Parts: sequence; structure tokens; C-alpha cells
Amino acid sequence: MDRRNFLKTAGVACAAATGARSARAQEHDTDPEEFVGVLVDTTRCIGCRSCEIGCALAHNLPVPDVQDDGALEAVRTTSETSWTVVNRFETDSGEVFVKKQCMHCWQPACTAACLTNAMAKTARGPVTWDGDKCMGCRFCMVSCPFDIPKFEYDEWNPRIQKCNLCNERLERGEKPACVASCPTDALMFGTKRELMEIARTRIYAHPERYVHQIYGEFEAGGTGWLYLSAVPFEQIGFRTDLGVTPYPEYTRDFLYAVPVVFFGMPALLYGLNLLAARTEAVRGAPNGAEHVPSPENPSTSE
Amino acid sequence: MAEASTGVSGGRLRFILSEMKPRGRWLTPFNVISIPVIIVGLVILWFRFTQGLGSVTNLSQAFPWGFWIGFDVVTGVAFAGGAYVITFVVYVMKEEKYRPIVRVTVLNGFLAYLFYAGALVLDLGRPWHIVNPIIGNSFGYNSVLFLVAWHFLLYMIAEAIEFSPAVAEWLGARKARRLLHAMTLAAVIFGITLSMLHQSGLGALFLLAKAKIHPLWYTEFIPILFFVSSIFAGLSMIIFEGTISEKVLKEYLGDKAGGHDNLVFGLAKGAAIAMFVYYFFKLLVFLHEGHWSELDTPWGWWFLVEVLGLVLLPCILYAFGARHRSLGIIKVAAVLTLIGIVVNRLNISVIAFNWQAPVHYIPSWQEIVVTLMIIFLEIWVFRWVVTRMPVYPGTNNRPAPAIDSD
Ligand code: SF4
Ligand code: SF4
Repeated sequence: MDRRNFLKTAGVACAAATGARSARAQEHDTDPEEFVGVLVDTTRCIGCRSCEIGCALAHNLPVPDVQDDGALEAVRTTSETSWTVVNRFETDSGEVFVKKQCMHCWQPACTAACLTNAMAKTARGPVTWDGDKCMGCRFCMVSCPFDIPKFEYDEWNPRIQKCNLCNERLERGEKPACVASCPTDALMFGTKRELMEIARTRIYAHPERYVHQIYGEFEAGGTGWLYLSAVPFEQIGFRTDLGVTPYPEYTRDFLYAVPVVFFGMPALLYGLNLLAARTEAVRGAPNGAEHVPSPENPSTSE
Repeated sequence: MAEASTGVSGGRLRFILSEMKPRGRWLTPFNVISIPVIIVGLVILWFRFTQGLGSVTNLSQAFPWGFWIGFDVVTGVAFAGGAYVITFVVYVMKEEKYRPIVRVTVLNGFLAYLFYAGALVLDLGRPWHIVNPIIGNSFGYNSVLFLVAWHFLLYMIAEAIEFSPAVAEWLGARKARRLLHAMTLAAVIFGITLSMLHQSGLGALFLLAKAKIHPLWYTEFIPILFFVSSIFAGLSMIIFEGTISEKVLKEYLGDKAGGHDNLVFGLAKGAAIAMFVYYFFKLLVFLHEGHWSELDTPWGWWFLVEVLGLVLLPCILYAFGARHRSLGIIKVAAVLTLIGIVVNRLNISVIAFNWQAPVHYIPSWQEIVVTLMIIFLEIWVFRWVVTRMPVYPGTNNRPAPAIDSD
């Protein structure tokens, strides 16, 4: 065990009870600028759903039948058997296809929620789930503003299912399976910095083709997945009311207050107790000093 | 504790075994109702653990938390708030008047945590990993749930210490009792601190659900509202529970479980003050958030039912009842307050959660049966303890009288 780890462990008893946010250090170990993500240009998506197939094959999930157009009739959500889905929206400027999956938030709500670190943001950017740690509390599902984590309700040993940005492929130096299987370059993999440059360039080069917003640049504190669109984002199934505050911020004040209460409160209570004892003594102590009141000999009879 | 556990002599062991035996008549109305419910509940749990949560609950991807979390855990813990309030009043502020109800309140609190917060285990998908955040192979320090889990655990230990002198007396372990008694103040102070933190922490859980909770209920002040409401939730539970045990345990306790009308007036006054603070705070939050337009919608009416009908009204009733020394009015106020707490906690965790979802979650009958099972089990244990250990003042539980009307 190295020194740093030892110190970490030693601090645990304290941190556990007080919620000292030592874990934040972990977020600064990597330069957040270099997190990777994917740029989705919805104007290029033809709705072929190859990405759905690629994803299913890469993660041993049931492979969807993309010939069946009926699947596009209703707007779908991701599920415990499909980490990504493509939806069709009728908009002012015609049919638009939008791929949906975990957004791999910069500061995810799900990892802030998770009490076991099963949900974790890796140094490279993917937000992954670890079945050896997860206790299935589903707080990640409650928290995620994009409603992404899904739970296997019909298993005795259920897993949380969600896109992991093909973390295992990234480790081998490959692109995510969906990006690799997209025939039209609607999906582009890279660091967020590069992707933002490309996205901006497209908007500048064709200001008439895009709304001038990159979804994911700031939403919920910024996400790894970025979207370009020809129509306002609320028309193609995006929530535009999420704000730009990173989700962990919402509980930060509370967590900061915890150590203050944890150490301040006992002192205050003890002080009150001494004061109360004094007042009682001054009042002439209706209960004699010798008397140790307890339920079996209550000191005052009502 | 040391003596009680290591020094268990053969005689004491025999005593404990003899105490395990049920007493009194078996065919009481409570038993007749509770035993079948418990059996059905166990069958349901068998399905739940072999075929997954989906086989018995109506939980869904859009509603990951349902009745078991919203009622058993979130509401149950608020109801258990009486223990920290009363220990504060008696041990810290030295208001000896309330001493007679300390033990029963602490016992209630402890059992509530054991059973209601313990019900969390039923809801966990992978409960065998529950030790992870405790043994330290994976600490989610920056998770509110992590804090709440730890505080639950520590608080249960604190409450066990607070109650332990009664156990020591029951076992006739004098030395242990002295030791445990000496630890009480420290346990109480620690317990109150932990309570403040996890009562508010339960509220803080929902801060992360900003995108999902109806704007009338979502506010950054949920933690403070949860804390303040746990004060009067706990006080109302003491009043309510006192009324019930007065009736149910009458034959056994004589008038000892009741006969504390003066206490009730004091508790009612405390509850009225806490509720007024809460109501005022709710009002400030509402003005601050300014969701006026939401008021004239079905959600708005429901919000007004909660805030006016189940907070302001019982608050006034409490104040009136305390002033005019009317037990009847106070009991009505207590019941309304408890309903109000259930409504408030369920609103935030279940009802106004994902309020825009096309299909809303409604608990399945199995979820309700399991909840009843937990409540009944708790009452069984409670009954067992109060008929054996010195919980109510002036009762010495040997020789054991028969109880039958519960
Ligand atoms: S989209 Fe949801 S699941 Fe994905 S990283 Fe963000 S909070 Fe987590
Ligand atoms: S369900 Fe698992 S991954 Fe999600 S918050 Fe709970 S422990 Fe973490």
C-alpha cells in the first residue's frame, strides 16, 4: 500500500462520518480538457440504426431488427437491453433522427449519487458501472437528468445497464462500436476540445444549416456527447431546462455543512447541557443532587 | 455491554430463553391479523429475491424508487424523530418532566430504524454488496446516500446504547448498567447530531433529482424542511403511539403507559411551535421560488392540501389543544400531522417525482403487504420488549402478567 493510499484509508473513518470531500482530488488527477466524447451531427444521421447493432454486438445485448421500421413509430428510451436507441422526430424541417445514450457528463449526477463508487468517471472520460461494487440502490437512476441508467427488474442479481462509451475498446485504442459502425460520419469520436472545434466550424461554415447551439457544451455542466441540430433541440427530444450547473453542485452546500454540524453540534449540545445543569442547581434543584432519576423512579410524578 | 455479553452465566441464559416464550393468549385480534400478513409477506419476499424486484413491485425505469423507499424508509425515519427530540429535552436540557417517556420513545426509535430503515435491504437490487460502503472497499464520499447510510448505522448504535440500561436491568446486570448509564449522555449528544444530519440528509438525496421533482416541491431547502418536519413528526408519533399503547397495554400497565396528560400538553406545544416554524419556512420558500402559476393546477391544489390542510390546520389544532388542555383535539392534530408527513414524504419521493411521466407509479398490493409485514413485525418486537424490560416507569416485569388485548 503506498503512502497516498494509506493516508486515504486512514482518513476514511473521519471522512465516512463527515463526508469530507477528499474524493474530489480524484477528479483533478486528469486534465478534464482531455476527456473524450462523441459529436453527433443530427443533420447527417439517416436513421439506419447501424449504431444500435454495433452497440448490441459489442456488449452481448439482443441485436435489434433494423428492418422493422415499426420501432421508429414511437419515441423510445434506452432500456436494460439496449444501451442506445435512434429516434425519429417530425419537425419543422422534416424528419430528424437522433441517437440517444448516456451523455458521459463532465461531472455526472450518477457518480455523485453512487455511494459505492460503482458508477465512476474514468480518467479518460467514460462513465462506467462496476457490478462488484453496486448494491442496486438505484439512486443513480433517480439522479440522472437524462434518465439513462436502467435496472434489470426481472433478475435476482440485477445489473445497472447503460452505455459505457465502449471503455474496453478505448483501452485497446479502438473507437466506440457505434462510431465505428456509423456509415455517414454522423458520429465522430475525439476529445471534447477537438469536437467542440469541429462543431463550431460546422456552424460557422453553414450558419443556415444549424441552430447556433451545441447541445452538451454546457448542459448539466457539460457532457461528453455533443449534438448539432438543424432544429431547436426541444423539438427533437432534448430537455433544454436542465441548466448549466454541474449536478454535484446541488448537494455541495449540504455536504460542506456536514462536518460543521458534526463537530460543532456536540460542543453546542454539551454547552447547553452544562447550562441546564447549572440552572437546575441555582433553582434549588427540585430533584436532589443525590437522586439519579431513571424511568423506574421518575423524579417528578405528574 | 461487556458483562452482559461475556458474562452470561447458565442461569442468565436460561432466563433469556424463558423470556423468549410468548405470553398471554394467542388468539388476539392483533395476532389474527398480523400472522397471516407476515406469512404472505414472507412468500412475497421469496419471489422478490428469486425473481427480481419486478416480480412483486410496480417499480419501473421511470420510477426507480417506490413505496418501500418513500414510505418505509423516508417516512419511517421521520416518524422515528421523536427519540432524538425527547433525549434532547431530557438529557441535554434536563427537563425531567419528560423522563417517564424516554425509554419507550428511544425503544420506538431504535426499532423503527431497525425495521423501517432496515427495509431498505429489501429494496436493494444487490443487497449482498451493502457492506461495500461500510467496510471500505469502495467509498463514495461525495454521495449523500453514503452519509445517510453511515449515519443510520451509527445512530442505531447510539440508540442501542441509550436503551441498553433497560436491557441491563432486565438481565439484572448491575455493573453493566452503571457503565452503560454513564455512557448515555455521550450517546445522546452523538445521536442528536447524527439525527440532524441524516434527517436532513434524507431530504438532500432529492436535491439531485432536480430535473424530476415538481417545482412546487423541489427547493434547495429540502434538507432543512426535512429536519424541521422530523421534529413534529416525531412528537406527533409519541402522542399517537402513547394513545394506542395506553389502550392496548392497559390491562398490563394499569394507567402507567398513559396518565401523562401534562406531558402531552407539553409535547403538543412543542409540536405547534415546530410546525409553525416549518409552515413559515415553507411559505418563504414558496415566495422565494415564486411558482404562483402552478398553484391553480391539480398539482397546486394538492400542494395546498398538504401545506394548509396537513400542516397549518394541525398546527393550529395543536396550539388550541395545548392552550385549552383538550386531549381530544391534540389527538386529532397528531393524526393529521402524521398523515401530512406521509403525504409530504411521498410527494417528494414518489408522487410529485417524475410528475410528467405518462404512466405514474402506483404501489402494487405486494409492496403494501410487505410494508404491513414490517410494521407488524416491529410491533411484535416492541410488544415483546415492553412486556419484559423496564420500559415504562414503575413496571417491574417479573412476575410476568398476561397480556391479551393487543
Ligand atoms: S447521462 Fe446520466 S448516466 Fe450518463 S453520465 Fe450523465 S448522469 Fe451519468
Ligand atoms: S444502483 Fe449501483 S451504481 Fe447506481 S447509485 Fe446505487 S450502488 Fe451506485
